[in-house]
Amino acid sequence: MDVTATPAVPSPRRPRFRWRRWLRKTGFAFSVVVIVSPAILVFLWMLSLSLKNEIDNISYPPVFIPSPPTFANFVSVFEQNSIGRYLWNSIVVSGGATLIALLIGVPAGYGIARTGAHRLTVLILIARMTPALSYLIPLFAVFQFLHLNNTLTALVITHLVITVPIIVYIMAGHFETQPRELEEAAQIDGASVWTTFRYVALPLARPGIVVGFILAFIFSWNNFIFGAVLAGRETRTLPVAVYNVLTFEQLAWGPLAAAAIIVTVPVLLLTIVIQKEILTGMTAGGVKGG
Amino acid sequence: MTTASVPLGVVARRHRSYYRFIAPALIVVGAVIIFPWLFTIWMSTFDWKIGTESHFVGFDNYTALVHNQRFLESVVRTFYFTALAVVAPLILGTLAALIFHRQFPFRGILRGVFIMPMMATPVAVALVWTMMFHPQQGVLNYLLSLVGLPPSLWVYSPTWVIPSLVMVEVWHWTPLVMLIVLGGLAALPTEPYESAKLDGATEWQLFRYITLPLVAPFLLVAGVIRTIDALKAFDTIYVITSGGPGTASETINLYLYLQAFAFYNIGNASAVVVIFFVIVMMLALLLLYVREKTKWT
Repeated sequence: MDVTATPAVPSPRRPRFRWRRWLRKTGFAFSVVVIVSPAILVFLWMLSLSLKNEIDNISYPPVFIPSPPTFANFVSVFEQNSIGRYLWNSIVVSGGATLIALLIGVPAGYGIARTGAHRLTVLILIARMTPALSYLIPLFAVFQFLHLNNTLTALVITHLVITVPIIVYIMAGHFETQPRELEEAAQIDGASVWTTFRYVALPLARPGIVVGFILAFIFSWNNFIFGAVLAGRETRTLPVAVYNVLTFEQLAWGPLAAAAIIVTVPVLLLTIVIQKEILTGMTAGGVKGG
Repeated sequence: MTTASVPLGVVARRHRSYYRFIAPALIVVGAVIIFPWLFTIWMSTFDWKIGTESHFVGFDNYTALVHNQRFLESVVRTFYFTALAVVAPLILGTLAALIFHRQFPFRGILRGVFIMPMMATPVAVALVWTMMFHPQQGVLNYLLSLVGLPPSLWVYSPTWVIPSLVMVEVWHWTPLVMLIVLGGLAALPTEPYESAKLDGATEWQLFRYITLPLVAPFLLVAGVIRTIDALKAFDTIYVITSGGPGTASETINLYLYLQAFAFYNIGNASAVVVIFFVIVMMLALLLLYVREKTKWT
């Protein structure tokens, strides 16, 4: 056959084909960059603001890369405000509300899954639809009556509005998918319902409990409005403190960004732990926002 | 199997004993969720400012709202905000889901980065956006100048304040839409695509006539969740503008907050809560009804 003709035919075609493929790949890479960059850029700008001195922060055109980076903003946030106390308040309120929610929510989730009382989960969905202020106004009035306003107790009770629905919903879903054979075997051997739950179902549910705990904790941590209304000067949670103390008492951008980072970092770290299970929790519920 | 080895009566008794598991949670839900709802309805029939005597007024709080210009404007504004804050994330989230549905290097990490805004503390992020919106020193106007656009007043302009706030909302919640749609894409069957490709369908036709109808239920779920959350948006609006300039970004929730906790006008605020709740429920039911309809055809 004609040997010399064979390479001559595909060679003008192949480069064009590769070029189109390259164009398509580059276009795709570009769209990935476009879609991801707003997410990352806001956080990077937050970091940049927190690591620059005040002159660089308000200069125009903006300075993007802090040179040299300074930790003075973080130091001043801790020195000039009782941010340590607010951090502790947040840990007590979110931790307390989440632990109480686990204590009552995990058994409830189990009960719902084993009795098929799914109407109760509808109640949780309605709770999610309701604006947070609809709980806040009556609870505010009641706390006023009980002289509980400005206390951490009032905040923990209010945050149950956020944590209990999330935990119940996630645990009900989790126990639903958990195989029942072991539980049935235990009951045939004479174990009571409580023993079965405590020693068979509960240990198996640990992954679900971890996800529920983290999601409830994050939503409680992020909540602003409950603390903004119910907390006093000494009992502010971190988001409230960042808004109140920093915006009114010092209008400097650096410390503000540093404080914003202190609030956000714990949440982002927890998010990474449960990245895969986040969707269930997000669509499930919990009262968030206003 | 269970009934064969365990007598029926035992099963029934056991069923009842599960309610002991639910009871504590029911008590708490009753105290912190159901009681506030009922108390709100009760309070809405009183003329009550904190620190003064309350007296029963029936439906007066509600009839007053019908003539309350400021409240009515806040309702219209809320719908405007909600429409934008639902449609934009739905479009962008679907695009993002189509991208993340493919295989490419660093996909896992990039997806992790992409969903970060959803979990970030809204107040903290809102403060950063406030600084970015600053007309003189803000980075956004600098970015506009780079591409040759005139500077904007962003949240300081009565016209642009709502779109600017929607931008923050879109940044926050597009990831949630993306995750929901991505879940839908993962559940798609492969057969329709194979046969359509054999028939010579283009990429766009594949998307328009196969992917879109199949993920439509997921889009609807995302739409419902997004609508409810956009109606309730509070943190970012409160932190960035507090309803200003003037009342240009005062949504129902902001109006409600001011009535309750700035003027302590509890009776009036409770009536607003009840109306707000009815609006939210009606929209949720409407959307679910539409979903049932689309299932039939």
